[in-house]
Amino acid sequence: MKFQIPIGPQHPALKEPLGLKMTIEGEVIRDADIRLGYNHRGIEKVAEQKNWIQNIYLMERICGICSHSHATCYVQGAEKLMGIMPPARALYIRYMVSELERVHSHLLWLGVAGHEAGFDSFFMYVWRDREIVMDLLELISGNRVHYAINTIGGVRRDLDESQKTKILEGIKTLQKRSEYYLYIGVNEPSFVARLAGVGYLSKEQAMKLCATGPTAKASGIDRDVRKEDPYAVYDELEFDIAVADTCDVLGRTVVRIKEILQSYTMIEQMVKKLPVGDITVKAPRRPKPGEVVARYEAPRGENIHYIKSNGSDRPERLKVRAPTLANYAATIEMLKSGFIADIPLIFAAIDPCICCAERSVVLVDASSGAEKTVPMSELRRLGIERHKNSPIKRNLAWLY
Amino acid sequence: MAVLRTLLYLFIYPGLLFLFIYGTFCEWFDRKVYARFQNRMGPTQTGKFGILQPVADFIKLLAKEDVVPDAVDKSLFSALPAVGLAVVSVAALLLPVWNFDLNVPGPTSFSGDLIVLLYLLTLPTLIFFLAGWSSTNLFSTVGAARVITMLFAYEVPLFLAVLSPAILAGSWRLAEIAAFYQHRPLLLLPNLIGFFVAIIAVQAKLERTPFDIPHAETEIVGGTLTEYSGKKLALFRLMLDIELVVSSGLLAAVFLGGFPGGAILGFINFVIKTLFIILILSLLKAMTSRIRIDQVVAFSWKYLAPLALVQLLIVIILKGVLT
Repeated sequence: MKFQIPIGPQHPALKEPLGLKMTIEGEVIRDADIRLGYNHRGIEKVAEQKNWIQNIYLMERICGICSHSHATCYVQGAEKLMGIMPPARALYIRYMVSELERVHSHLLWLGVAGHEAGFDSFFMYVWRDREIVMDLLELISGNRVHYAINTIGGVRRDLDESQKTKILEGIKTLQKRSEYYLYIGVNEPSFVARLAGVGYLSKEQAMKLCATGPTAKASGIDRDVRKEDPYAVYDELEFDIAVADTCDVLGRTVVRIKEILQSYTMIEQMVKKLPVGDITVKAPRRPKPGEVVARYEAPRGENIHYIKSNGSDRPERLKVRAPTLANYAATIEMLKSGFIADIPLIFAAIDPCICCAERSVVLVDASSGAEKTVPMSELRRLGIERHKNSPIKRNLAWLY
Repeated sequence: MAVLRTLLYLFIYPGLLFLFIYGTFCEWFDRKVYARFQNRMGPTQTGKFGILQPVADFIKLLAKEDVVPDAVDKSLFSALPAVGLAVVSVAALLLPVWNFDLNVPGPTSFSGDLIVLLYLLTLPTLIFFLAGWSSTNLFSTVGAARVITMLFAYEVPLFLAVLSPAILAGSWRLAEIAAFYQHRPLLLLPNLIGFFVAIIAVQAKLERTPFDIPHAETEIVGGTLTEYSGKKLALFRLMLDIELVVSSGLLAAVFLGGFPGGAILGFINFVIKTLFIILILSLLKAMTSRIRIDQVVAFSWKYLAPLALVQLLIVIILKGVLT
C-alpha cells in the first residue's frame, strides 16, 4: 500500500517550515518531493533600498546561524567594489570570528543530528560545549548570534591580550571535547547503525547535482573556497580540507567534526600571528559603478553574493546564493531511498538553512491542492485590481 | 468488613492511589537520573527536587482541551486509555509484595500468575496498536504498525528469558520463584544472561530509547499517540508509568530474588530493587541512539532470542545436575 506522508511545513524534525512530500510503502521510501516557499522574506529587494552600511546588518539577518558568513561575503564584495583593502589586523579578527562561527555552527549541527537520530545524550553534551564558543563570540563581539563585527573596510572591535588568552583556553577545551565526540560519533554502535550507509550520494552524482560544503566533502570532493580560491588570510594559514569517502550521513558527521578540528588550529594560528595596526580604513560612501561576485566558505558550503553597483549609495542588485540552495537537488536524490526513519537524518545532514534559500512564493489552493507560482507582474496586477475601487485614504483620522 | 478491605485494596494500597504515587515517583526518578546522565538538572521546580513534577504534568494534562477527531470510532478511541490503565493496575496486584501467603494460594497469588502477569503486560502493546490504528492519522498508523512489528521482535525473547528462572525454581508462581531464590541466592547467577535479555526486552516493551520507534518524534511526530490529548493522554502516560513499575517489579521478583521480609521490609526491598532496575533502564536510555525498526527485528532475532535460548539450555542442564 503506497501512501504519502507530509513531513512539514510543521514537523518536529524541521526547525524551519518546508514541505517534504514522501511517498511511502510500509516503512520504505519510494519517492520524494520538496516544496519551498513558506518563509520568503524578500531580503534581496529590501537590500536595494538600503545604503551600503545598512546592508551589512541586513545581510547578517539572512541567517541566524551563519550570520557572519553572509555579512562577510557582502562586505568582501563591497570592499572590492570600493577598491579598498582592510588592514591585516582587521582581516585576522574578521576571519577568526568566521572560524569560531564555523565551530559553533557545526557543534549545533552535531547536536541536531544526535537529536534527529534519537541520541539525546549526545545532543545535550554537544550543546553544553557549544556554550563555550558562544561565550567566546560574545567576548569578542558583545553578541552571541548577530556579531555585527564587520564594517566596510575593517572590523568594529579590537582584541586585547586577555581576550586572546581566553580564546586560546576555550579552544583547548573544545578541542579535547570535539575529539571525544569524534570518537563517540564513529564508535557508538547504535548511533553508527543509524548513520552508516544512509543517504548515499556518489561522487559523480554530487558533482552532477552541484552539491557543496560538507555534503560534497563527504562524497570525496575536496572542494573548499578557502583552499582553491584563498581569500584574505587563508593563504597565510596552514590547514587541510576534511574529506570522507563514505558518501553517507556518517561521512558528513565525520567531515564536520574534522572541519572544526581544523578550525581550532586555524584560530590558534590567527591568535598567535595577530598583526599590530589599525582595525579599519575609511571607506567611501559610494562605490564606482560595476559588479562583483564574492565567494565565501560558509559552514554549510560555498556562499556566493553577486553585487551590482550603479554608483549611488545603494546597491542596484544584490543576489544571494546560499549553500542550502545548491544542496537541494542532491537532497531530493538522497531522500529517494531508505526508510522513514532516515528522512530527518538525510534532510538534516545537509544542515539546511531554509530561510536563507527561499526565493519564491507558491500559492496552494487549500481545497484542491493545486499549485501555481505567481510572478511579480501578476502580484502587481492583483494589488492594483484589489485597491482600484477602494476609497483614497486621504483624510485618515488618527486616534491620538 | 471484607468489602471494605477489598475496596481499600483496590483503590488505596496497592491499588490505584498507591500506584499513582509510586508510578509518578518512578517517572520522576527516571527523569532525574536520565537528566543527570546528560549533565542536565531535570525537574527542579515543583516540590522538593521537582519530585511533584510528574503529578503536576498529569494535572495539567487533565485540564487541557480533549480533542477527539471526527473520523475516529469515538467509543473505542475514548475507552482505550481507561482499559489500558485498568490492565496494568490489575497486573500490579499480582506482584508478590502485598497480600500473599506463600503456603495458601489466593486470588492475587496462584500457580501460573507469572503467565497471567506476562499476558497482562502484553495487552498495553495491543492497546497502543489499537489507539494508533483507530486514530486514522497517517503518523499514528505508521506508529501502530511499528508497535506491532516490535511486539513480534521482543515478546518471544522476553517470555523465554522470564520463564527460564521459573523452570529452575520449578514453579509458575511468582511468590514461590522468589522464595526459591531467597533460599539459594547463588542460583541467581546462572540467570544473568536471561536478566540481560529481559532488561533489553522490557526497554523495548516500554518503548524507551533505543526502542522509542513507535513514537519517534523526529520521524512520525507523536506516533501512536499523535491524536490523543488532554485527559486521555494523561491516562496513557499514567499507564506507562505504572507499566514501568510493574515490569521492573516483575524483573526484580524473578531475577533479583523477590522481596523478602514481610510487609514493611518487603516493601522497602520492593522500592530499592525496582529503583535499581529503573536505574539500569535509564542508563540504557542515556547511552544509546534510537535504532530503526528493521534493526530492532534483526537484533532481537539474531542476538536476543538465541541468548534467551542459551539461557534456557543452561537452566535445563543445571536443573538436571541439581536433581
